[in-house]
Amino acid sequence: MGETALGAPVLEMKGITKRFPGVLANDGVDFTLLKGEIHALLGENGAGKSTLMKILYGLYMADAGSIRVEGKDVEIREPNDALRLGIGMVHQHFMLIPQFTVAENLVLGAEPTTGGVFLDMKAAIKKVKQVSEHYGLAIDPTARIMDISVGMQQRVEILKALLRGAEILVLDEPTAVLTPQEVAELFTIMRNLRERGKSIVFISHKLKEVTEISDRVTVVRRGRVVGSVQTSTTTVDALAGLMVGRAVELVVEKGPSNPGDDVLVLQDVYALDQRRLPAVKGVSLTVRGGEILGIAGVDGNGQNELVEVITGMRRATSGKVLLKGTDITNWDPRRLSGKGVVHIPADRHRHGLVLDFTVAENMVLQTYYKPPFTRGTSLNWDAIRHEARRMIEEYDVRTPSEDTRAGSLSGGNQQKVIVARELSRSPELVVAAQPTRGLDVGAIEFVHSRLVKARDEGKAVLLVSLELDEIMALADRIAVMYEGVIVGIIDRDEATEEQLGLMMAGAAGRGGR
Amino acid sequence: MTFDAQTIKYLVIDILASTIPLATPLILAAVGGVFSDRSGVVNIGIEGMILIGSFTGVLTSYYTRNPWLGFLMAGLSGCLTAWFHALASIKYKANQTVSGVAVNIMATALTGFLLKAIFDRAGQTERVVKLARWTIPVIKDIPIVGEIIGSGPPPVYIAFIVVALAHIVMFKTVLGLRIRACGEHPEAADTAGVNVALIRYGCVMMSGFLAGLAGGTLSLGELSLFKEGMSAGKGYIALAAVIFGRWTPVGAMWASLLFALADAIQLIAQNWGFTLIPQEFMLMFPYVVTMAALAGIIGRSTGPAASGKPYVRRGV
Ligand SMILES: Nc1ncnc2c1ncn2[C@@H]1O[C@H](COP(=O)(O)OP(=O)(O)OP(=O)(O)O)[C@@H](O)[C@H]1O
Ligand SMILES: [Mg+2]
Repeated sequence: MGETALGAPVLEMKGITKRFPGVLANDGVDFTLLKGEIHALLGENGAGKSTLMKILYGLYMADAGSIRVEGKDVEIREPNDALRLGIGMVHQHFMLIPQFTVAENLVLGAEPTTGGVFLDMKAAIKKVKQVSEHYGLAIDPTARIMDISVGMQQRVEILKALLRGAEILVLDEPTAVLTPQEVAELFTIMRNLRERGKSIVFISHKLKEVTEISDRVTVVRRGRVVGSVQTSTTTVDALAGLMVGRAVELVVEKGPSNPGDDVLVLQDVYALDQRRLPAVKGVSLTVRGGEILGIAGVDGNGQNELVEVITGMRRATSGKVLLKGTDITNWDPRRLSGKGVVHIPADRHRHGLVLDFTVAENMVLQTYYKPPFTRGTSLNWDAIRHEARRMIEEYDVRTPSEDTRAGSLSGGNQQKVIVARELSRSPELVVAAQPTRGLDVGAIEFVHSRLVKARDEGKAVLLVSLELDEIMALADRIAVMYEGVIVGIIDRDEATEEQLGLMMAGAAGRGGR
Repeated sequence: MTFDAQTIKYLVIDILASTIPLATPLILAAVGGVFSDRSGVVNIGIEGMILIGSFTGVLTSYYTRNPWLGFLMAGLSGCLTAWFHALASIKYKANQTVSGVAVNIMATALTGFLLKAIFDRAGQTERVVKLARWTIPVIKDIPIVGEIIGSGPPPVYIAFIVVALAHIVMFKTVLGLRIRACGEHPEAADTAGVNVALIRYGCVMMSGFLAGLAGGTLSLGELSLFKEGMSAGKGYIALAAVIFGRWTPVGAMWASLLFALADAIQLIAQNWGFTLIPQEFMLMFPYVVTMAALAGIIGRSTGPAASGKPYVRRGV
């Protein structure tokens, strides 16, 4: 392994075709990876990127096509085959066991032993330390996965692949869950690995990232390759066009806001987190009709808990939440939903979707008990399907039909199902947490325009995002949250990235703490 | 009756000495349950596997007059029964609760039928050769302790050895790590190259084997015959012990001992003619404790995350 010269192909996938019920996910895809390059795989939600990589990793079987690794024809029937061939993958949704330690996760499947039977944890920890030092990826082998940050978890995933001797590393949307600092660290790691002759496939929807880190880009659209280019010869706009097949507005068109009455008022709200430690520590703020209030902050500074309090998923331990003057503190989600509070949750698998339900069922999760979806005591499936088809059309959800299991949609299309359901419920208040996580540029453009539209119709929009770009593009006013408190609220027009960055790091407040 | 020191001493020894044999089938079955659950398959069918084991054990001893062979066959028959459950829940991704309940119903019907067909009797078989008691040399001479565990049916000692081995396998070996991985996050295990189906088959069948031995303990260790329905809910109590013991072999052992203690108190109270607490309440004890454990009143119990869910490699 590894005898391929730099710049020569280490991996050639030819004519890969994969059909799922109702979708042609890969349609004769050719993909070549050179030794020592970072190769970005770009494409709309549902274009077939993850599918192609899962075929490479032995999780799916291709219906047709061939794979060559280091010039030899290979057959990859299961992950073990891929691992043996030096192919490692960091999945879009992490494959780590939360209860296990870092070292246990790392050695699982190829454990060092004493006597061939007993787990040799000392050797495991030593090996982990060696590899992590070799690649400059510091990690505590004895920490439990559930206690470490997402960025660290990703590091574990990368190490897992390296430990198994990966020469080819697939990173499926590795940056979607990272903070900007963590992204910067990841890029350093990637460059470092490239230096050592590893070849990396990098999937991302963020064109800026792609142009920054990759050497070449292959663009997939609806299961087919539409082009492969040298990154240095292209631009963000050109890539966006190639991806979506039309020109994309990368900046949001939006007029000045026209704020009306107070819709959401928080008065000195306190709440605890999962571990029963204070997470929200006296937050007061107001969102008016006709404006978008953005909450910026580094992940884990109480934003999630705050959103959960507003949407009835977490108890406020003290303080008040008012909606148009009505005290809605600690109402349950169904009652809030009846009052016109809609919620696009940050964790789509835990809170947004029932993965085993169909798209149509997911789309009426909050409204199924009301006419026209209910007739007497039974569901009116005609009406439900009809409405689902309308939403699929309007929000461009890429799904074979409304009867498809939500869990089988691509990550981005799952997100669109949620956005469609929530925004079509004529809301008073929209609470959007990471509404575009994992979406392609076209879909982001669409969701952004819908949020602006809601604003222009006089709705109040509370936007929580870890991406400063998104906040800057959409918000009319920006609140920065740090360690459970709002450290300042500024008008968008007065805000600069530098200032916000400082506030997010807890370095500067506005008007004191 | 007076409660002088001597009486209390007898009473306590009497209770503890009955606790151990009562706990034995529970321990064996519960350790099996730990394996199955830890690998990600809920085995409600333990109850039926105990029943099949107790019948097969007696049947074998009846024909061969070799109770040890009977005991072994009890385990193997439980293992075979478990294979059906494994097939349904792993290969065919059936609902594991339904499959387990089906095993229990089938076991009741099958043993009832075979009892009639082979022994031509209803209710119970005739007596067969049972396992001879063991006496443990040094321990039997220790005061009090000797009276409690100095001698007893062999399965008693086997059960404690099984607990020790199970603990080592589960927490010290590569196999144990993989078993736990399959129960927590089968996809992660799969992508790391672990054969999830193989591990699950093995664990479910192991659990069937131990449940079968639990059955053999009932029919060849304590009694020397098979009675219809002689598992009498022990499989369910063993499942309760799995949960209350937090899915560890040692925990399951202590839970089994606790539940058996409650049972022993109840039995001895009857013998001594106490009626302070109605018998029914004592019988409820294991279930009440388990519910309290699950509800988080007595510590928090959360089982293996993927237990009960079939693993499907999406879209193959
Ligand atoms: N297991 C599956 N069963 C059925 N259909 C599937 C399955 N996995 C993927 N698909 C379908 O195949 C298509 C390609 O999906 P894939 O996950 O490869 O997209 P993607 O390019 O990774 O998109 P995203 O950027 O949203 O993650 C989608 O239409 C999806 O619905
Ligand atoms: Mg994907």
